[in-house]
Amino acid sequence: MTTPLFTEPEWDFATIDRTYRAIEDIALNDLKLDIYPNQIEIISSEQMLDAYSSLAMPLMYNHWSFGKMFAREEALYRAGYSALAYEVVINSSPCISYLLEENTMTMQALVMAHAAMGHNHFFKNNYLFRQWTNAEGILDYLSFAKKYMAACEERYGREEVEAVLDSAHALMDQGVFRYRRPPKPSKERVLEKRRRRAQYDEEAYNELWRTLPAGVEPPSSPPILDPEDEFSGEMKLPEENLLYFIEKNSPSLAAWQRETLRIVRNLAQYFYPQRQLKVMNEGCATFVHYTIMNTLFDRGLITEGSWLEFMHSHTSVVFQPDFSDRRYGGFNPYALGYGMMSDIRRICEQPTPEDRDWFPEFAGKGDWMGTLKDAWANYRDESFIEQFLSPKLMRDFRLFALYDKADQDKYKVSAIHNESGYRAVRTMLARQFDAGVADPNIQVTGADLKGNRTLFLSHGMHRGVPLHNQTKELVLAHVERLWGHDVKLEEQAA
Amino acid sequence: MTHFVDRRLNPKGKSLGNRQRFLRRARTQIREAVQKSLKDAAVADIGKERKIKISAKGTKEPRFRLDPRASGERDFVLPGNKELMPGDTIDKPKTGSGQSGKEAADSGEGEDDFEFTMTQDEILDIFFEDLELPNLVRTTLKETPNKVWKRAGITTSGSPTQINLIRTMRNSFGRRLALKRPTKADIEALQDELDRLEQESPVNDEKISALKERLARANAKRKWVGFIDPIDVRFNAFTEQPVPTSQAVMFCLMDVSGSMGEREKDLAKRFYMLLHLFLKRRYKKVDVIFIRHTHDAQEVDEQEFFYSRQSGGTIVSTALDKMLEIQRERYATADWNIYAAQASDGYTQSGDARHCVDLLNTAIMPLCQYYAYIEILDEREMEVFASEDSGAELWRAYRTVAEEWPNFATKRIAKPADIFPVFHELFKKTEAAA
Repeated sequence: MTTPLFTEPEWDFATIDRTYRAIEDIALNDLKLDIYPNQIEIISSEQMLDAYSSLAMPLMYNHWSFGKMFAREEALYRAGYSALAYEVVINSSPCISYLLEENTMTMQALVMAHAAMGHNHFFKNNYLFRQWTNAEGILDYLSFAKKYMAACEERYGREEVEAVLDSAHALMDQGVFRYRRPPKPSKERVLEKRRRRAQYDEEAYNELWRTLPAGVEPPSSPPILDPEDEFSGEMKLPEENLLYFIEKNSPSLAAWQRETLRIVRNLAQYFYPQRQLKVMNEGCATFVHYTIMNTLFDRGLITEGSWLEFMHSHTSVVFQPDFSDRRYGGFNPYALGYGMMSDIRRICEQPTPEDRDWFPEFAGKGDWMGTLKDAWANYRDESFIEQFLSPKLMRDFRLFALYDKADQDKYKVSAIHNESGYRAVRTMLARQFDAGVADPNIQVTGADLKGNRTLFLSHGMHRGVPLHNQTKELVLAHVERLWGHDVKLEEQAA
Repeated sequence: MTHFVDRRLNPKGKSLGNRQRFLRRARTQIREAVQKSLKDAAVADIGKERKIKISAKGTKEPRFRLDPRASGERDFVLPGNKELMPGDTIDKPKTGSGQSGKEAADSGEGEDDFEFTMTQDEILDIFFEDLELPNLVRTTLKETPNKVWKRAGITTSGSPTQINLIRTMRNSFGRRLALKRPTKADIEALQDELDRLEQESPVNDEKISALKERLARANAKRKWVGFIDPIDVRFNAFTEQPVPTSQAVMFCLMDVSGSMGEREKDLAKRFYMLLHLFLKRRYKKVDVIFIRHTHDAQEVDEQEFFYSRQSGGTIVSTALDKMLEIQRERYATADWNIYAAQASDGYTQSGDARHCVDLLNTAIMPLCQYYAYIEILDEREMEVFASEDSGAELWRAYRTVAEEWPNFATKRIAKPADIFPVFHELFKKTEAAA
């Protein structure tokens, strides 16, 4: 009988270290996960709120909206409406996980298994993250962005900078490349950029400032980073990335404003994969922590009491209220993702005839880890659901589809969890998780640069659903501010 | 390969910059909300942390989003079907509730109300902004209770300005005695002896050299045993102690007859709040007594004081009688500083003003530290009564009291900004007294 790693609820660094090693051992040797190096940081609840409110990034430029978010989260937290997340994890290399100091030792173990193993593996292996985000560079970039925005405030005034950021934030959802990769600068351009950034750092460096206490940034004038990025005269149309188009072509923006747009756009692009991978990312992490914690228990490394504590927290995380429940707030990505992944394991190990019928490729083959790893690496929420959602799970969740037509005052049930409905429900659910469908499809169709400089946008309506009128006007005002001239938005039936 | 980092000791308040930006951004909404929330707040509660609910107007973060309610069609999937079959219909939820309401909240819309906590300083900043207080006053009001330095015995370390000479010299004297330090007189005596021996003939070499040695030893000892040694030095010690503050009672008197409307009461309330803040600063304990009157006065709680109505005539002197009665029962002048603030619209039964003046002159003013009378007018009346001398009966009667008593103030106010000048006087007085 092995002795448990810990028996007390209180944690200390020695215990955490010991437990981490045990968890890592299971993750690497049993599950064969492939992870970035881990960096685990213990933080207080206030720091956790801080982390929440700046888009869960450790560094961020200053903006009032983050202050608003903080105030809201703090109010909810104080009133006891929401517990703090047990952890925040950052897709970077090394992969940084924040653990809350108030967690019990069991929770710390759970969180390490969840974030430092589950999320970490997913970040490193999923094709969207691999293709679109640069885990090695993100922290450096954020640090640059923070310094740059601070320097801009110093030089051009807070109001000016705030105005640009407000407008850029309004277009954040339209500031990503969805279908093509961002135009990749040539290697020389990249080197040139890096040189300029370094040069900026050098210029901003001043002997005098060395005597400042650590953390105080000296004021300096923000440089023009990319003179070549000035208007080039040719436009590729239509363009789905509004921020990119405006950054390159706006007749009225100054160089620092363009750089600001680029920063916001890069952030939007960095977060875009996460929006398409909510179910899979959380599902993967939850499945991994569940498997690891149970392995620890099976090997006698955690006590029965810890295991019960873990199960209590696990079941509340994967709880999915019914649609008619007062607590219902949409699909719980943890519940759906974890449900599907443990269902895949079941199909691999103990398939029913129905499963063999639906999933001949892997039903009964036994290699659940291989199947899951393949799914984690090569799918996103939409395709994952379309491919792997089983009839049994649809019955378990009691899924049903509604048809909604704006001029009717009732929803019609179009399909339910039965033989004739499985495929329809599955496809509709998959569409629901497709960010490309959920976000309005807005494109730049033209800009009259020689004449009155009007910018033309069009919204390709999907099944006749228009933009929300009030917010449309508000966002268009922001577009006009960035463009500097009239902006026309047309809604077209696609 | 794994790093554990303890970040808990990192500096706090990383998001302070963001908070300031947010407060500035939402200034208008926050000001409205603070004023509203102070309206409902107890007089003694100003200057506490409080929750503020603001509308999300100035802090909207709009994004393009779809509106399937407007037109078009869509399909969506929900969990938890219980008895529905294909072809069944269910009612759409009403706008702003249920599933779509939640969606709206997620996309950053629909958040009409936004609640968060503001600190005492942030609240006071906004409260003062409206009252047009000078900056100096703002900071003194926000200050923590005054502290004074009190003697706390003697220590062995301190700054040279705090040296305690008597103690130091006493120690030095004791040490010199104990170590037998030769005095100047001893040395002089030896020297004289030596001179005398050297004059003498025949010269007694042996004696002279012995004496010389004694003299040298005495001189050396004077050097080793210093006149003042660092171990003798004593300093006066001081510690910070809060000022022993006494207690004060604040009588709020108000006419609640029909002629006092919502606006009048709100102005009066601000006045009481500010007075309370001032008193809080000077006294450790401040009791607040609310007396309302029509033709008859009662002591009531704050809620009733500001929010309930009573019909009846207006006899101001009843409130003064009541105040005296309460003061006699509960607040002996030996233990309590007495402040009174009276708010009225200036009407009273004819003949009553005379009676009030008598009461004030003979009974009340000798007890009171300060008595403030504010007459709440509307802006139109304010123009009519431009001069201090003209006014209704009560006003004219009170003017005579004011002439007699320097600690009696009368003031007319029509808007929040008029309130402060009343305090200006009060404040000047307390500064002079301090």
